[in-house]
Amino acid sequence: MTQAVVPALDLEAVRDDFPILAQPGLVYLDSAATSQKPRVVIEALSRYYSDQNANIHRGVYRLSQGATAAYDAVRRRAAQFLNARHPNELIFTRGTTESINLVAQSWGGANLRPGDEILISGMEHHSNIVPWQLVAQRTGARIVEWPITDAGELDLALLPGLLTDRTRLLAVAHVSNALGTVNPVEQIVAAAHQRGVLVLVDGAQSAAHLPVDLQAIDCDFFACSGHKMLGPTGIGLLYGRESLLDQMPPWQGGGDMIDQVSFEGSTWAPVPAKFEAGTPNIAGVVGLGAALDYLGEIGFEAIGRHEDDLLSYAVARLDEVPRLSIIGRPARRSGAISFVLDGVHPHDAGTILDAEGVAVRAGHHCAQPVMRRFGVPATVRASVALYNTRADIDALITALGRVRKIFG
Amino acid sequence: MSSLDELYQNVILDHNRAPRNFHPMPEASSTAEGNNPLCGDQLRVWVRVEDDVIADVSFQGNGCAISQASASLMTQAVKGKTREQALALFNGFHDLVTGAPGDPGALGKLAVFRGVSQYPIRVKCASLGWHTLKAALERADGQITTE
Repeated sequence: MTQAVVPALDLEAVRDDFPILAQPGLVYLDSAATSQKPRVVIEALSRYYSDQNANIHRGVYRLSQGATAAYDAVRRRAAQFLNARHPNELIFTRGTTESINLVAQSWGGANLRPGDEILISGMEHHSNIVPWQLVAQRTGARIVEWPITDAGELDLALLPGLLTDRTRLLAVAHVSNALGTVNPVEQIVAAAHQRGVLVLVDGAQSAAHLPVDLQAIDCDFFACSGHKMLGPTGIGLLYGRESLLDQMPPWQGGGDMIDQVSFEGSTWAPVPAKFEAGTPNIAGVVGLGAALDYLGEIGFEAIGRHEDDLLSYAVARLDEVPRLSIIGRPARRSGAISFVLDGVHPHDAGTILDAEGVAVRAGHHCAQPVMRRFGVPATVRASVALYNTRADIDALITALGRVRKIFG
Repeated sequence: MSSLDELYQNVILDHNRAPRNFHPMPEASSTAEGNNPLCGDQLRVWVRVEDDVIADVSFQGNGCAISQASASLMTQAVKGKTREQALALFNGFHDLVTGAPGDPGALGKLAVFRGVSQYPIRVKCASLGWHTLKAALERADGQITTE
């Protein structure tokens, strides 16, 4: 049987789509922090404000109806992009952080009891730890950590023992922002569901790199950020299983989320409006729609093949650098590579790399438990997206030579 | 000299590799801990004050070369100074690293940090030791942050 031929990524054309990449000397290797934006996204924002701007779900006039239609169309597009069962299962938020806080406060506040356990993977970003700590403090629930291995993978053998009769929810990243580890979320969700445990998947680092099939993953909640997937800042998505969202209390009150309001009491609109109080980030939604279209057009097979090539090339080149250690050796990697240099603090490395035009992240990556697990204060993280090239990796390696020259 | 070479002068690299007065001080009259949450730089400063004079000062911690070298050079600069003289040095140092007008000549060896002013994000690294010293001088013990 012959495999369908996926056209290779037209790298030059892709790079031309991103105006910022035309800046001379810019080697952008920090897409895990935020991705760059293609012209179609920038133009969608501009077009929205130039031609379409009006508040949604309110006006009887043509302009408002147009804005409403554009807004609602992106919800349908997002449902298709992530393969949710229904657009109403998708809520627009400010980003992954807000999505997780919404679940922690609304679902967690209503359902967690003293002694209940929230199982959190040891490779989570602070935004998938702290919201749970906040609701745990309020409800008397307990946080339990699911440790990671020396390779930077979740220790699957430990999972059955960690899922107890008190476990109510498991919070896990699809892809680790600090290590680049791709977690087997389908397998994890199946194991959790067997014990009646809900699963929230943090998709901040996966949604721009891997095809996300929510029906296949079968998680109960999924969160991602527009700005990490070529879209604007300030817009994100929360997926929730419809039966759960229906039962969850509102999170914020305001316009658009109500059915009837009186001083005696109010009733709520059905999902998703129940969770979208106030005028939303309409332009952000429109921009996100353009980003989803752009990613969809290129396709995750081509993106995945290109990024896999870049990452294996980068790992091989970094392994040739003396006195450099890659932190985490996951079997499946996406997006990011973290490393440390013997005798050089990551911030000093970051400053010197920047002087060479190479933009990387140096720090704890909002994942201090991961840093502690590997006994490092911080790491240098290089992360790639569909627009990066092997030449970008070469520039990183050359710049690391300058770090050695200065620090010896 | 490129701005990078100006930032990472040999004196700074040397103090980073081999920080001076790098030890705890059990007989200290006060101590304070400082951290830079953005970078994860952490250090503790001990001072022994006698008759308003910093008779001894030491530090320990980890962080970037700028934070470590700055704390190391600071301990050398303030030893034997009065509180007031030490705080005046801090003011002069702060002006230097933030690029404010001032007289670097009065700073002696600390003038090697002039390159920091080209890197605003590293000002916190360079001043962490000083903020922590100030806290140690001001109170018996405390948490200080540059955020």
